[in-house]
Amino acid sequence: MELLNASLIDWSRAQFAMTAMYHWLFVPLTLGLGVIMAIMETMYVRTGNEQWKKTAKFWMVIFGINFAIGVATGIILEFQFGTNWSNYSWFVGDIFGAPLAIEASLAFFMEATFISIMFFGWKRVGKKAHLAATWLTVLGATLSALWILIANAWMQYPVGMEFNPDTTRNEMINFWQIALSPVAINKFFHTVLSCWILGGVFVVGVSAWYFIKKREIEFARQSMKVAAAFGLVASLLTAWTGHGSAYQVAQKQPMKLAVMEGLYEGSHGEGLIAVAIPNPDKKSYNDGIEPYIFDIKIPKALSLMGYNDFDAFVPGIKDIVEGGYELPEGGKALSFTEKQTKGRTAIQALADYKIAKKAGNETEAARFKEVLRENYAYFGYGYLETPEQLIPNIPMVFWAFHIMVYLGGYFILLFTAVLFFLYRKNLESKKWFLWTCVWSIPLAYIAGQAGWIVAEMGRQPWTIQDVLPVQAAVSAISTNSVIITFFLFLILFTALLIAEIRIMLNQIRKGPGSH
Amino acid sequence: MITYSFLQHYWWFLISLIGGLLSFLLFVQGGQSMLFSLARDKKERHILVNALGRKWEYTFTTLVTFGGAMFASFPLFYSTSFGGAYWVWMAILFCFVIQAVSYEFQSKPGNVYGKRTYQVFLFLNGLLGTFLLGTAIATFFTGSEFTVGKGNITDLINPTISRWESAWHGLEALANPRNWTLGLAVFFLSRTLACLFFINRLQDEKLVSRARKLLMFNAFPFVLFFLVFVIWTFASPGFAVDPETKEVSMVLYKYFNNLLEMPVVGILFVAGVLLVLLGIGKSIISSEYNKGIWFSGIGTVLTVCCLLLITGFNNTAFYPSTHDLQSSLTIENASSSEFTLSVMAVVSILVPIVLGYIIYAWGVMEKKPFDAKDFEDDGHVY
Ligand code: HDD
Ligand code: HEM
Ligand code: HEM
Repeated sequence: MELLNASLIDWSRAQFAMTAMYHWLFVPLTLGLGVIMAIMETMYVRTGNEQWKKTAKFWMVIFGINFAIGVATGIILEFQFGTNWSNYSWFVGDIFGAPLAIEASLAFFMEATFISIMFFGWKRVGKKAHLAATWLTVLGATLSALWILIANAWMQYPVGMEFNPDTTRNEMINFWQIALSPVAINKFFHTVLSCWILGGVFVVGVSAWYFIKKREIEFARQSMKVAAAFGLVASLLTAWTGHGSAYQVAQKQPMKLAVMEGLYEGSHGEGLIAVAIPNPDKKSYNDGIEPYIFDIKIPKALSLMGYNDFDAFVPGIKDIVEGGYELPEGGKALSFTEKQTKGRTAIQALADYKIAKKAGNETEAARFKEVLRENYAYFGYGYLETPEQLIPNIPMVFWAFHIMVYLGGYFILLFTAVLFFLYRKNLESKKWFLWTCVWSIPLAYIAGQAGWIVAEMGRQPWTIQDVLPVQAAVSAISTNSVIITFFLFLILFTALLIAEIRIMLNQIRKGPGSH
Repeated sequence: MITYSFLQHYWWFLISLIGGLLSFLLFVQGGQSMLFSLARDKKERHILVNALGRKWEYTFTTLVTFGGAMFASFPLFYSTSFGGAYWVWMAILFCFVIQAVSYEFQSKPGNVYGKRTYQVFLFLNGLLGTFLLGTAIATFFTGSEFTVGKGNITDLINPTISRWESAWHGLEALANPRNWTLGLAVFFLSRTLACLFFINRLQDEKLVSRARKLLMFNAFPFVLFFLVFVIWTFASPGFAVDPETKEVSMVLYKYFNNLLEMPVVGILFVAGVLLVLLGIGKSIISSEYNKGIWFSGIGTVLTVCCLLLITGFNNTAFYPSTHDLQSSLTIENASSSEFTLSVMAVVSILVPIVLGYIIYAWGVMEKKPFDAKDFEDDGHVY
């Protein structure tokens, strides 16, 4: 039996983060490009213009290459809940497993089935049936995103459940509360729309490259038109749903919000950071050192965005650790120490309950069960030792958040400019702008990765908010085993990524002419 | 009456059925393991790869669904087996990761490692993926070394509920020859089914006649290893659960008795075995006959489904612990709550729709056997 220690937890987290980030290199293109190529095929079926078919087919080849590696990276993630987070799998599997199973049985099969018609069925089914298969492939992919994001949202905001001390786990009591939680809905739209941005930027960037090379002009113009219009809509909606996500974070994960904004000491009518440089000398949440070397804030905007009220109190990191401020729903916020005490009380009550139950002492058991129920909301705090453990990595989350938001603004400008130049018919002559389009492709990937860093790093140390911290979720295996698998996956995925990128570049260089 | 116990049985049945379907679909892996023996040159390999390449996603997705369904319905299995037998599952995952890109990448210019590398990936997936899956499933009958203590969660220093007691973390399963027999049986079964699939799907006469020859060489070891495993298992003690006290004990002939005490399962098991043999036998005897895959395929689904049923039904522990008998997982102590199982049961009503469009798609795509020209005509060639 291996002892759990900090390095095991860190390596298990590193492995999950690394594999998830790899998965997230491919999924957004599947979701975004999928819709774009389906729109193009729709244009073909409606106009009968063969050029549209050629355009759609070219993007399908790119889609297929990307899709395969998305599948390869996904299977690891699914089984990793069991292999590396085994306690998690039991403690919340009753709830978390359901969306995963629905994803696999309903969404993945839909995708897998119709993708074969999409690729191999051009001559075997009619035009309309083929178009339907393409849309169903995209729908399958989007449904898979829906269910996995419901599962992820539930970890951030656990609802629809109740702890059962006899089975020692959380059990589902309301399916719809989980599936339709406001966090899940925001997350789904923000995520999928952000993938549409990425699809749009990708197609715009590749088309710009053909303009630069003066090749495939007709194809590039068609692709650009569809992608830029689509991308502009997606980027406006992404900003809007991003705000929705931030609002949910303010309500449900105040520590994450404080860290996203680098807010140590909150106040009424708190401003939103427009530009700031964090102070590297700041080492601890309560050392009194100024958090920024320089900052410009939009007055009262954070209070407004987080609480729909110009003068609402936004707690900072120090406030959350020390407690004592008024909660919006009434009552005073508890300090870390008070929550920790309640958590330990809950854990002890669970142990006592089990002993009483075994001894057949039902009245005692009922009493402990009541103590457990009263304190269960803070169960996870019992595993924490110090208030520092409650604070996520501030620079990572702060920068990831701001990079994402700046890029969100940038994409709106980019797509607007593309559409403007297309309308003025002088896009092809603007070399500098075409290169800007090409170099925007990696930025879309960075924005998406940054978003996940905000969401996932920002909720440390919780796997399930307030209920299960990482150290109580991890499997009991040796650190060395995890280090070995970490590097095996890192090497394998990197090797496959290199191949994928080179294959894509080759296909793009070949161009749609050869298909 | 839909009781908790009914739902647990229903979900174990679904898991068993998915397991059966997965075993049948492993013909893709079997075919991959013959890329360098059945095919003699590049052109022939090209045909095999493309014939299998239209099916691999189904096998892969079925494996994913097997995992997802286990997670949702028997989460304690998920946490105990995956977290404990770490190395076996990681090895299996590795075999499937390398498969997923290999079809799409192998013929594309710029793929860095060359066609051969991706075909070797497919070969390794066929060789090890099948064998390791069989070995892992064999531990459902032979047991593993773990303990489960749900109260551990209250230990702040060491809260892990499922603990593996062998430092080999799953590789110790290879020390038990009975696990090998099932691993090898699955491996040869997948190759047998692949031969039947090729006989059914391909037009190339040389490939088909070679597949018929290879059929014999694979069917014989399959039947041998399968019989050794089944007889050995039926003649061994099994992990029985006392319905009253829930105590687990070793009972001689437990699995064989399960077949007798559940006559429907027993009959389906025998029928499954006979169908598998019928499909193989007819294909060997008649050099014209090409429908063997359907008999053997359906037979495989039935046989494996019944084998899994007798590990879980009739008061049996489906994932037994040899280290601590009372830690063994049963469909009762490892399952999700009644509420979750009923939500998932409602979801499972949609499964026939999924099956419906899969059958539709299979139908439109496979009206006649392939030849090399079809691949070019369809446009998307591996
Ligand atoms: C191209 C990608 C991209 C860009 C430019 C942005 N995001 Fe984002 N964001 C995502 C891609 C993304 C995502 C990948 O889609 C996430 C990650 C996981 C998820 O659910 O959606 C996400 C999540 C996400 C969340 C987390 C929700 C949660 O944890 O429940 C918030 C609060 C934001 N975003 C906010 C923003 C803001 C304010 C942005 C700037 C204007 C922004 N994002 C730009
Ligand atoms: C821990 C979280 C996740 C797990 C366990 C997971 C699991 C998987 C698995 C097993 C596959 C392969 C399916 C197949 O057999 O075809 C897959 C593919 C896919 N996943 Fe994920 N996934 C996760 C996160 C996400 C997220 C957050 C999204 C989208 C928002 C997503 C969207 C997709 C899509 C679109 C595919 C299709 C393949 C592709 O193009 O990438 N996944 N995932
Ligand atoms: C433009 C306005 C945007 C706003 C206001 C916004 C807001 C947010 C916020 C507040 C988060 C963190 C949520 C949390 O941690 O729970 C977040 C996460 C994320 N954002 Fe955005 N976002 C915007 C644009 C974008 C764009 C353009 C993309 C990608 C193209 C994107 C992708 C992501 C991703 C991938 C995450 C992590 C996923 C999540 O937890 O929901 N966002 N966004």
